[in-house]
Amino acid sequence: MGLFEKLKQGLSKTRKNLVEKAESLFRGRVVNEKLLNELEEVLIMADVGPKASGSIISALKDKFKKGEIPDTIWLKNAMKEEIKKSIQDGTRIKITAEMPYVILAVGVNGTGKTTTIGKLARRFTGDGLKVILAAGDTFRAAAIEQLEIWAQRADAQIVKHKSGADPAAVAYDAIASAKARSADVVIIDTAGRLHTKTNLMEELKKIKRVISREMASAPHEVLLVVDAISGQNVIHQAKMFNDAVGVTGIALTKLDGTAKGGIVVAIKKELNIPVKLIGIGEGIEDLRDFDAEEFVDALFG
Amino acid sequence: MFESLSEKLGSILKKLKGRGLLKEEDIAAALKEVKIALLEADVNFKVVKDFTEKVRTRAIGKEVIESIAPGQQVVKIVHDELCILMGKSHSKIHLAPNPPTILMLVGLHGSGKTTTAAKLAKGFKKDGRRPMLAALDTARPAAIEQLISLGSQINIPVYGTKAGDNPVKVCAEAVKKANAEGWDVVILDTAGRLHIDEELMKELDEIKSTAEPKEILLVADAMTGQDAVNIAKSFNDRLDISGVILTKMDGDARGGAALSMVSVTGKPIKFIGVGEKIDLLEPFHPERMASRILGMGDIVSLVEKAQEAVDTEEALKLQKKFREDRFSFEDLRDQIKQLKKMGPLENLLGMIPGLGKHISRNAGAVNEREFVKIEAIINSMTKQERVNYAIINGSRKKRIASGSGTTVPDVNRLIKQYLEMKKMLKMFKSGKGFRLPQFNFK
Repeated sequence: MGLFEKLKQGLSKTRKNLVEKAESLFRGRVVNEKLLNELEEVLIMADVGPKASGSIISALKDKFKKGEIPDTIWLKNAMKEEIKKSIQDGTRIKITAEMPYVILAVGVNGTGKTTTIGKLARRFTGDGLKVILAAGDTFRAAAIEQLEIWAQRADAQIVKHKSGADPAAVAYDAIASAKARSADVVIIDTAGRLHTKTNLMEELKKIKRVISREMASAPHEVLLVVDAISGQNVIHQAKMFNDAVGVTGIALTKLDGTAKGGIVVAIKKELNIPVKLIGIGEGIEDLRDFDAEEFVDALFG
Repeated sequence: MFESLSEKLGSILKKLKGRGLLKEEDIAAALKEVKIALLEADVNFKVVKDFTEKVRTRAIGKEVIESIAPGQQVVKIVHDELCILMGKSHSKIHLAPNPPTILMLVGLHGSGKTTTAAKLAKGFKKDGRRPMLAALDTARPAAIEQLISLGSQINIPVYGTKAGDNPVKVCAEAVKKANAEGWDVVILDTAGRLHIDEELMKELDEIKSTAEPKEILLVADAMTGQDAVNIAKSFNDRLDISGVILTKMDGDARGGAALSMVSVTGKPIKFIGVGEKIDLLEPFHPERMASRILGMGDIVSLVEKAQEAVDTEEALKLQKKFREDRFSFEDLRDQIKQLKKMGPLENLLGMIPGLGKHISRNAGAVNEREFVKIEAIINSMTKQERVNYAIINGSRKKRIASGSGTTVPDVNRLIKQYLEMKKMLKMFKSGKGFRLPQFNFK
């Protein structure tokens, strides 16, 4: 299966829910305000969010008033363009020349941080890079073991302490040993934490401070791992994590499981933090760079 | 949790409160706001539509027009309908007449099944049962180790084999073991799976027919979005679940998923997970939750918690001290200890009527660590100092600060707060009315 086909398949639920629902709404209708209002409902149902949906629809209404949308075929294209426009970005995770390139993975519980790190590590080692994983989730039972298994699979090295250890110390050691062994990439796992827990967010700030002290330019990437199945709460999560540690990119996981890929649009609209990675399946190759163009094309099939 | 929704509904309904006459337009405007608030809370669109429709019909009917305070009436209707939507009353886990009672936990990846399994087991143990855990998640790396490690923390046996084993087989073995060794509750922790993954859903069918569980509980993340409806529906259609456990409710998820899931499956929410520690699982009370959503607080839960934690005799002694103005630092320390027994502070504060909406955003401002600090300072005092604060002079303050790892200003602040508290207690005693002191944490 081609990469694009795979993406299409991963997004099939969202497509059914968003695009096909819109298409069936359009059937036999003329374009008018009422139809556009109904389209807004379809967008909201796909987790696009009340705000982003509102702005997409008002853009469409403007176009309609100017006579740029004579019929529903044009409407579908216009909708596609508006969605594309609202998520366009084009930044990806790019390893810079400076070594090691430090990625800090953060997020609430159960979004798939460890798995994403494992897959990301596999991708880097596949490119011939030397990768060190830091087992910074010292809280959850067996989290370290889980990362170890991924390190083996990805052919990466792991730096770990005992369960219950200070995660900042793990991060520190990982960077120190990456320097010593001249590794290219360090990916730091952290314990899942709800963004409302002040003390846990403070702990995260400390981890970041320690990283920066050890290497001034690091972390080069603060990756917020988000579960696509969560709804508008994602916006709160991203805001709070961003305030705490300055999120540079979002990895949206489990996108294949949800019919509500619209959250991609909501994230961009409300936060202006780029989605950099998407997870569309359980396989290692199913963690993909996010490409707005490709995403929308796959969505609209 | 839910605060954001309470906030919104609170401010909308305030406009209706106290008005003499309600016009249809008033109701329509309020309901529009209710609708947006519920949507932003991730309540499913269809559920929202039905909900607002029901409220509208009831609000526009005679009920409101004839009542004395129509605004109040609308609040009540919204509250009632929320209660109905979330299920009528708190429902318990049913035990099988012939042990072992088998419980099967199912759900998506990362919803919190493994943690919830341990929490349930601990609850059963507390009730005097003999629970056992079975690690059926042979797919996720280290999932078995996770359950084994949780089990050993709470001293509950875990049946787990090795990664990659057939979960149906593991399940049969676990049940056999429970029968042989006399464990009366078996909790099956299954692997996370997507509700659309046909193959894995089939596996659940097989586990179900092998284990014949008394209850199948869907473990779902409170942060689930519009898809909550589909998830709940798929699992329910397939397995005929008996209830839902909603996890991560201690976050700021507005929990719209709760409303959606119940309304689409007709199955009750049995428990909510409110923290990462193993005892933070609470029964779900729809009527209390509805009150919370509307910003009416959850005083019932608070009182229950207090009763659980506070020693009655101690409380009486303390009352006497209040009256005689003998409230000392030692008493303050005891108070803090008891408060801590009641669970995380922010959870407690959220239950206080009217307070929820003010602290939701900076719940952390009342930092648990401040309590640790206060305790440390009090512990560093001599017994005389604790009973008679007046003798604490500059050099004593210095000693206390270095003994507790704090600073002299910290000690000063605590003394000031203590004095304010004393003053307040005096007021309480003299019956002059009563206001909480402004605690200046941080």
